[in-house]
Amino acid sequence: MRDAVWRRLQAMIGAVALALVVVAGLPAAADLRIDITRGVVEPLPIVILPFPSAGGDQASDVGTEITNVIAADLERSGLFKPLDPRPLSVSQPSLDTLPMFANWRLVNTQALVHGRTTALPDGRLKIEFRLWDVFAEQEMLGRAYSTPAGNWRRIAHVIADAIYKRITGEDGYFDTRIAYIAESGPRSRRTKRLAIMDQDGANHQFLTEGNNLVLTPRFSPSSQDIAYLRYADSQPRVHIRNLTTRADEALAGIAEITFAPRYAPDGERLIVSMAVDGNTDIYTYDLSDHTRRRLTTTSGIDTSASYSPDGRQIAFNSDRGGSLQLYVMDADGSSVRRISRGDGRYATPVWSPRGDLIAFTKTQGGQFHIGVMRPDGSGERLLAQGFRVEGPAWAPNGRVILFFRQEPALNDAQGGRSRLFTVDLTGQNERELVTPLDASDPAWSPLRP
Amino acid sequence: MRSRFLLLALFLVAACSSTDADEAKQVATGQDTGAAAAAGGLPSMRTTPSRPSGFDQGGLQPVESARQLTEAGADRVYFAFDSYDLDAQARGIIERQARLLTTQGTINVTIEGHCDERGTREYNIALGERRASAVRDYLIALGVAPNRLRVVSYGEERPAAIGSNEDAWAQNRRAVTVVMGAAAGS
Repeated sequence: MRDAVWRRLQAMIGAVALALVVVAGLPAAADLRIDITRGVVEPLPIVILPFPSAGGDQASDVGTEITNVIAADLERSGLFKPLDPRPLSVSQPSLDTLPMFANWRLVNTQALVHGRTTALPDGRLKIEFRLWDVFAEQEMLGRAYSTPAGNWRRIAHVIADAIYKRITGEDGYFDTRIAYIAESGPRSRRTKRLAIMDQDGANHQFLTEGNNLVLTPRFSPSSQDIAYLRYADSQPRVHIRNLTTRADEALAGIAEITFAPRYAPDGERLIVSMAVDGNTDIYTYDLSDHTRRRLTTTSGIDTSASYSPDGRQIAFNSDRGGSLQLYVMDADGSSVRRISRGDGRYATPVWSPRGDLIAFTKTQGGQFHIGVMRPDGSGERLLAQGFRVEGPAWAPNGRVILFFRQEPALNDAQGGRSRLFTVDLTGQNERELVTPLDASDPAWSPLRP
Repeated sequence: MRSRFLLLALFLVAACSSTDADEAKQVATGQDTGAAAAAGGLPSMRTTPSRPSGFDQGGLQPVESARQLTEAGADRVYFAFDSYDLDAQARGIIERQARLLTTQGTINVTIEGHCDERGTREYNIALGERRASAVRDYLIALGVAPNRLRVVSYGEERPAAIGSNEDAWAQNRRAVTVVMGAAAGS
């Protein structure tokens, strides 16, 4: 059996610069693991059995839906290949007994998830699962959750995050939400609404009515607030929407054109751009005492600022050197240095939550690109391109980038569609994130508290 | 939109009522007046919302006026890609706007800056503000009181022409002067 595993492994490693490290049948110290730090990964075959019910029929349906959500999350990551369990499972293993590992090995399943749901007397739902390494015949993870019955979707995402983390060693990003701008109507006068949904597109809702033009939502570190640009009375101002109370207010004490908001990592300040007398500069805005502090003073356009996750540095774009390029400065505005070096125009730098990379939008030769580079400007890689791609937003684990892609417009009614896509850092796993209407300016929340 | 037609109508009135030589003279006069206005108390320049005098609004034929004025293009100036420079044609249009504003003291205007779709949204908001400010600065230099001028940027969000081609982009890289408020009548 061990020889067979190794032959299969070697075949997998073959052509691809490979990172899947399956250590089946080896001593317990090494276990099933995907190393996502090393380029293209062959998806890991995993079976997620429908969670049967220990209670009524309703809990049973929920169990199937939970497993569907988990499988969809893992599949979209590009790191897992969920196998349809139906033709494979003659009899489902109870959560309290060992799976029939030999059977699962016959169909090359390397990881197995089973679980169950139980309707509790108080109306809540108990959800339990175990993750198994099929070749090592070892349990990798086992957890139980009790939750209001209507909350099963979140628990499914939490379980997907737990599986992702156990196998990759990195935090997941499935129990998160996406805010974005939903677009409708003719191109000449688009209706744009602030909208929010789960990371997989579920629980979609609109947060604004479409009377005012809105743009560029950004989550607070607590994911409870969204800072965004709103044209109220034709005045472009940064507003903050509280997702719990639905309170929505413009930043106090600001009479200038203000845009491009992002939160500082501590959540106590925003960084914004203000346009005054034809000159756009970057300011911090203290959310408690409403004071502002100017960080840039050049006569060029300085905008699209983004903090490093430790709060010590700020990336931004500026045309101070004649063309639009990326710069990094210390958080007090000192030590400004240009980091982009290639041909073309660079814009909207967004610092990865891991701190290791900066995502950006690049225009060159009539094409737009989404790319990443290290904070010192080295290692530039382009991950996605198109007539127009813009607005990179990081998954909280810094492994996936969300952006929007707009097609060329033919006339007021045709073409110009705008949609959301995700791509991982390999550039190989690009997926559309389907939205009810056209979509742009995505923001990705941190893992929910 | 109606107030935009109105401004254009006013340009027509101004254009019809003077010769080229007169216009040149008025521009020069306007500059002098502007310097004086800037030196004097600005608050006194603020106009109270009222119907502008000097023309008969009821006498306009809106549709015909709109057509003629669109041809004239008196309310907007255009820019090169990623530029906020005012070329000779743009300066000529702004000079006509200044002439109107200095003779019609009750009108306040908003200058809207716009961009084509080939920059990022945030950069385009900054660039639109820069274009609108270039128009505003020239109006001020020509004698229009700063407190009658407001600047806003729509970035690429309000295209005048739809299409992903150079023709449409050229029409969208613009700054539009729009009459604001009750002063314009309704």
